[in-house]
Amino acid sequence: MIETENLTRKFGDLTAVDNLTLRVDKGEVFGFLGPNGAGKTTTVRMLCCLISKTSGMAKIGDYEIGSQENALKIRKMIGLVPDNVGLYESLTAYENLDYYGTLYRRTDAQRKESNEYFLKLLGLWEKKDSLAGSFSKGMKQKLAIARALVHDPEILFMDEPTANLDPESAKTVREFILELKNQKKTIFLNTHNLDEAQRICDRIGILNTRLMAVGTPEELERSIHGRKTVIRLRQVNEPILNSLKRLQVKNMVREGNKLTVDVVNPEEENPDIVSAIVAAGGGVETVTVTSSSLEDAYLKLVRESA
Amino acid sequence: MTTWMPWKIARKELKVISRKRSIIFYTVGLPLLIAAVFSIVVKNQIAHGISATISLGSESIIYLFVILATVLPSTIAAYSIVGEKIEKTLEPLLATPTTDGEILLGKSIAAFIPPILSTWIGASIFMAATDYILYNGGLGYYYFPNWNAGVMLFLLAPLAAILSIEVAVIASSRVSDVRGANQIAGLMFIPFVAVFFAGVEGIFTFSIGNLLIFSGIVTIADVVLFFLSKSTFKREEILTKWK
Repeated sequence: MIETENLTRKFGDLTAVDNLTLRVDKGEVFGFLGPNGAGKTTTVRMLCCLISKTSGMAKIGDYEIGSQENALKIRKMIGLVPDNVGLYESLTAYENLDYYGTLYRRTDAQRKESNEYFLKLLGLWEKKDSLAGSFSKGMKQKLAIARALVHDPEILFMDEPTANLDPESAKTVREFILELKNQKKTIFLNTHNLDEAQRICDRIGILNTRLMAVGTPEELERSIHGRKTVIRLRQVNEPILNSLKRLQVKNMVREGNKLTVDVVNPEEENPDIVSAIVAAGGGVETVTVTSSSLEDAYLKLVRESA
Repeated sequence: MTTWMPWKIARKELKVISRKRSIIFYTVGLPLLIAAVFSIVVKNQIAHGISATISLGSESIIYLFVILATVLPSTIAAYSIVGEKIEKTLEPLLATPTTDGEILLGKSIAAFIPPILSTWIGASIFMAATDYILYNGGLGYYYFPNWNAGVMLFLLAPLAAILSIEVAVIASSRVSDVRGANQIAGLMFIPFVAVFFAGVEGIFTFSIGNLLIFSGIVTIADVVLFFLSKSTFKREEILTKWK
């Protein structure tokens, strides 16, 4: 659905996006994580054909960005929720949606139907005749998302949709994104909210001008330190340690009656480890699998790239 | 470019403008005020005779409405573009499948129609009042409408309005507030005012020939500034270079 290859954008001497290569599949929610100035917004603007690329290739659906003809086709396929909601505050909620429906060349009947559908879905129908300027931040953000959806786009680009929102409003917006995910919309989500990315996204890319890593949240967590199995025993003795050495466990650390070992696939490796301990006469009290967090992965990658 | 899309954009602009009282007051009020004030001036002048009243410069007063046509559209155009910058509505708008030309034309139409209509209405009121005063003063025929007024109102005023909009578009890319854009666009008012004073001083006469020459010069300026404003109003420029 979205494909880039060595996509690069420079502003004078400054490289905002450097050789970005990634692929987002249809129906996938892809999170783009990165600090401020990492190039997230520039990437979205290039993919939405708002600014040109310096080099490389990017395709949205079957259309490659870069020509005016394809730009119009791509813009029909996508919806954009920019980091600033950008609503016409002197127009009502209904008028805001209706205007955008017009810009997407929807018929009167189509606009009427989609305006009503989204305003009801977002709980704004009762406020349809209120000026957008009178709305709370959360309501404005929901309206901005609805505006990006009035033409039923195949791909939705969202740039920091919960930034500057209070926790309740952010929760409402996240729930709406999850609802869109259930509807199998392809969503490209720019965020620096790790918790949000972890909860919503199927895959995450970490960008700091260059793409540092890409994978599912779990893959990214594992990619940093892997996973560890922590076994609490009634007592640790030499036969138990020797039996584990024979299993060739990695990075075994003993702390009192607690043993920690690195594992790649705990579901396969842990039964063997526990069996070896029991066979050596050990008494297992608890077995816990731990992994580094997405935050650890993110911070490590961003610091390495700085 | 589809022909209807600019009009759809213009309709939305007109809706937004219609909710801005200051712009409505300014756009509608100023031509009416000029019409009322100069109708009173003509009424007072009639006591000095018909020829004195006409020589006061009825054409000069019509020309004041041309000057209005250079002032009023820039306010709306500046608001329409800088207002979008301030409210940060440009990015989602530019992400829609509309062309830069459609957006620019839509905004230009919205900035053109209300000022030119109110200019024509103000001028019509002034001409009707002047005709009434002169006819009853013994002129025996209606002085207005005449060809001079026709050229000024239906040729020069629209061309001046277009020029004003184009300057406002260019100015809007350089500033971040409506007042700033309006002030820059207001510089265009100077040559038109200079022509007015040249008329009052007798250096310039508002003859058909002179008015057509002046209109020709304004047309050339319109064409040059059209290309300049078009090159300014591009998505890439707006998102990366506009202040």
